[in-house]
Amino acid sequence: MLHLVNKSPFERNALDSCLRMAKSGSAILLIEDGVYAALAKSAHAEKIIGRMGDFSFYVLGPDVAARGLSDAPLIEGIDIVDYEGFVDMVAEHDATQSWL
Amino acid sequence: MSEMNEFDEDVPEIVKRFMYVNRRAPYGTIYALECLEVVLIAAAFDQDVSVVFLDDGVCQLKKNQDTTGIGMKNFSKTYGALDDYDVEKIYVEKESLDARGLTAGDLVIPVEVMAADELREVMAQQDVIISS
Repeated sequence: MLHLVNKSPFERNALDSCLRMAKSGSAILLIEDGVYAALAKSAHAEKIIGRMGDFSFYVLGPDVAARGLSDAPLIEGIDIVDYEGFVDMVAEHDATQSWL
Repeated sequence: MSEMNEFDEDVPEIVKRFMYVNRRAPYGTIYALECLEVVLIAAAFDQDVSVVFLDDGVCQLKKNQDTTGIGMKNFSKTYGALDDYDVEKIYVEKESLDARGLTAGDLVIPVEVMAADELREVMAQQDVIISS
């Protein structure tokens, strides 16, 4: 399963719910305001760092750049993908779940 | 004519304290851009204007925004126009910056970083608060 999180962890609990409900081995892609969860020095960083063994984490590069975070330290181990990579991920997984 | 009083220059002008409170990140929703436009329009009315950024609102001011990849207008440079419009009271909550690992040096314009304790007092002095 590919999980999409597009809400800031500071504003909504979408990431929390995703991390709680997703099956181990799932891929989690942070897009739009969800990319703020990838900030290494944020108050929510530990949520992702602590689950690195359970999930593979990705972040959408164009959304990172738009928000001025290309120069900000992101959590180590989160892979940056572009739109083509996003499409590939959707194609590779049986299903996609959006945490709106 | 009494109904003309509002146009009479002898009538003392009432200056109200307007505060615009930004709590949303840019691009994910339209709130940030809409509020910036409202502030720039309101600045023409010679009121006492202050603009506050807290919670995800502080992300609006992050430097180095590059929206070419998402096909949206990068409006972060427009915050630099606030000074041209004599909007000089720009406050950013320290706790919100800290929670995101950001500092004043990460922001596109000079701001006054304030702790919540201090900002609370400034908020309490306002006549009108507009939230986004």
